[in-house]
Amino acid sequence: MTLQSHYIPNTPEEQAEMLAAVGADSIDDLFRDIPEAFRNPTLDLPAPMPELDVQRELAELASRNRPLGSGPSFLGAGAYNHFIPSIVKALMTRGEFLTAYTPYQAEASQGTLQVIYEFQTLISSLYGMEVANAGMYDGATSLAEAVLMACRVTRRSKVAVANTVSPAYLQVVRTYCQSQGIELNTVSPASPGIDDATSCLVVQYPNFYGYLEDLEGLTGQVHSNGALIVVSADPIAMGMFNPPGHYGADIVTGEGQPLGIPASFGGPYVGLFSTKQQYIRQMPSRLSGRTVDSQGRTGYVLTLQTREQHIRRERATSNICTNEALYALASTIYLAALGKQGLRQVAELCYQKAHYAAGEIAKLPGYQIPDLGAGPLDGTFFQEFVVRCPASPVDINRHLLERNILGGLDISENGDSGVGGIPNGMLLCVTEMNTRADIDALVTALGEYS
Amino acid sequence: MARGGGARDTSKLLMERSVPGRVGAMLPESDVPPQPMPDDSLLRSDLQLPEVSEPEVVQYFTALSQLNFSIDTHFYPLGSCTMKYNPKINDEAAFLPGFAAIHPLQPGEQSQGALEMLYRLQGYLGEITGLPGVCLATLAGAHGELAGMLMMRAYHHARGDTARLKVAIPDSAHGTNPASAAMAGFEVVTVASDGQGNVDLEALHDLAGPDLAGIMITLPSTLGLFDTGILEVCRIVHEAGGLVYGDGANMNALLGRVKLGELGFDVIHLNLHKTFSTPHGGGGPGAGPVCVSEALSSYLPSPVVARNGGEAEYSLSTPENSIGKMSSFHGNFGVLVRAYTYIRTLGKEGIESISANAVLNANYLMESLRDKYFIPYDRTCMHEVVFSADRQRARGVSGLEIAKRLLDYGFHAPTMYFPLIVHEALMVEPTESETKETLDAFIQAMRDIDGEADEDPDLVRNAPHTTPVSRLDEARAARQPDLRWQRQ
Repeated sequence: MTLQSHYIPNTPEEQAEMLAAVGADSIDDLFRDIPEAFRNPTLDLPAPMPELDVQRELAELASRNRPLGSGPSFLGAGAYNHFIPSIVKALMTRGEFLTAYTPYQAEASQGTLQVIYEFQTLISSLYGMEVANAGMYDGATSLAEAVLMACRVTRRSKVAVANTVSPAYLQVVRTYCQSQGIELNTVSPASPGIDDATSCLVVQYPNFYGYLEDLEGLTGQVHSNGALIVVSADPIAMGMFNPPGHYGADIVTGEGQPLGIPASFGGPYVGLFSTKQQYIRQMPSRLSGRTVDSQGRTGYVLTLQTREQHIRRERATSNICTNEALYALASTIYLAALGKQGLRQVAELCYQKAHYAAGEIAKLPGYQIPDLGAGPLDGTFFQEFVVRCPASPVDINRHLLERNILGGLDISENGDSGVGGIPNGMLLCVTEMNTRADIDALVTALGEYS
Repeated sequence: MARGGGARDTSKLLMERSVPGRVGAMLPESDVPPQPMPDDSLLRSDLQLPEVSEPEVVQYFTALSQLNFSIDTHFYPLGSCTMKYNPKINDEAAFLPGFAAIHPLQPGEQSQGALEMLYRLQGYLGEITGLPGVCLATLAGAHGELAGMLMMRAYHHARGDTARLKVAIPDSAHGTNPASAAMAGFEVVTVASDGQGNVDLEALHDLAGPDLAGIMITLPSTLGLFDTGILEVCRIVHEAGGLVYGDGANMNALLGRVKLGELGFDVIHLNLHKTFSTPHGGGGPGAGPVCVSEALSSYLPSPVVARNGGEAEYSLSTPENSIGKMSSFHGNFGVLVRAYTYIRTLGKEGIESISANAVLNANYLMESLRDKYFIPYDRTCMHEVVFSADRQRARGVSGLEIAKRLLDYGFHAPTMYFPLIVHEALMVEPTESETKETLDAFIQAMRDIDGEADEDPDLVRNAPHTTPVSRLDEARAARQPDLRWQRQ
């Protein structure tokens, strides 16, 4: 009680004055509703620390982590190393954005509401869909909520998940579905086995292994059975490839992290969520709508809130409340800066560099890019691809780190994934952040191990 | 025409500002030999994104930011939201390259500093709540609620107790509670509050049977009151074989004053974006760690951070009976760094000072306004006070209109019409980080508005008058949803 914290203005004199106004003898007096035996327990926490010391401690902790920028990095698998223009951080950390609440008070939140409307515009455009919401927590939860929505829309409870979807995403979908009476099956995209009890087919585009799925063929099969197709799509790939909306997808979700958000050990990111106009009343999460004020001026409000938990309670479309608004803002700034030409350039740089890397690695004795004509890895890849290594990827990655190169993801034991492990498989990712010198260093280091 | 504080115009949207040929970023040329492009049929030709230059982007978003109220610019007494000061060192810490630029899947040896920080944070939160099992991977309060309710279900199922389908939730609860319980497959049963704002123990008694999975309760309640029957609530639920879930949204009142685990709570979530000062960002990111008793620890979501011997001292692990993964990776790490920084800075004494001053400030507001505004549950409050605008309503001015009028005085509106059991509710939470001068100015504004209700009621009814827009047509927004810009 004697500490005068620099975050808390009241001085002991002011406290005394306020206690007198309240008619209480002491601060402790205000807490007398807490049962006495449990009041003021021992609290084993460290002592307060001056800012200077806190800065030193955090710098020390941070120094024991390897940042992506400290050497060539080829790790992706759901979190990607992309260029972030300086303006993203400069704008998103403005206090007026950073320290605002959810924009329930529209008159006091037009900045945030207009940003959300811009975000909805750009994300729906990117995915070729009619509408997008204000964002979800991350790529995996966005996909899980899409599955729940598809079951509501179709009133069916059987879900087919392609075995080329990220194993981590599949696990999150499983967590969300565990108490909903939903039957979850993993299927091969080559023969998804959709029937008239299936609510949806879930695919990733490009898939977890980096390859494009045949959305055209799959959408036809799914729709002919009255089911929906749910696609989790990489937003950067949308800079060059046909978006899922082009093929008639019903719900398109994605991880927004590639759009101007640092990898940050896995979060905060933002989940992208878009669908067809006809399903808007089944969507989870917030929506910003354009309307007019009492004087006829254009303005923005949160709308269709009767879907949401604070109105509909246990009958809401989702329990989501706080989402990731600040990172929806980051993505909006990113897409505004990169624009039509920039996003295409980024996508093509990733594609070009990844294909150069794959071509060079395929020339190394002992390394193989698995046969593109067979199985789940069929077709065209974007910025990720699988390499079959001559030894355990764990050992190879250790060797790469000795050369200060962060290698790919070990997928030799792929846990929950339907595809199963790919013996000595490594999932590599190459983006615009990797220079030719980086790639050549990777190829050389891999060659040392063959 | 410029609107609001900024000089730059915000009336045109990005696509309306677009001029063919303009670019907002310069990227490097490809430095690898050209690779064959994929088949044309796979490539899109319809990419519709804006073409604007960098200065335009900066000016536009800066002007937009100036249309917002925020903690840095305005007093924000929004009840149940704990809009306290967000320390700047916390942001700086989260942006250190050793935190912001690390990949979630990089080898454990390459992220020991991050894992150690998370491990310590688990320990701090376990100590503060008295619930030692902590998982940091849930991304918001409601996300933590869902995890907690799935754990409740898994716990009962593991004991072969599959008939517990009901969850009791007080009528004062946040909407997320019933929504989360429903998502976890439970049937929601509402429990009434008694005249003191406590859970009606008789009503709870009637519900407590072999089909009760547990109760979800917010402490202090959304009335800003500490439930004086809380020990009895826990006893009734436990004796019926149920578990007690605590919604930690209002933990700012209790830091260092009481440990929920010692009172009998089995599982709770915390809102780091409320109690632990991480910025709300206009609607997130948050973080909603779940804290549980020893008995429930094995059901926590995956992953948690474990401490081992050896070279990679800290590692991610999956609890034995885990309900599974809740998110793509390990949680909203950038938010967790901020909360860690906050706890380190304040330490034990600072943490205790939060609840002391948050509760003192709320009681000071209650006492200073009691002659003008009705207090439906007139007891010592905790971190927030719920007024009713019934007296003003009788004079023709509603709680909503008073809240909107506050915007003209430069104060963000309180939470309105919540909790649902209070007529014309105005829920005010000042937090510990505001000065007495600010509280006094707010008190004066509330008194002035009460006066205006008599002298010039239309001034209040048509408020706000000074914001970038006046009252918006919400009915039109819902009837004709316009959710994105489209070329006319």
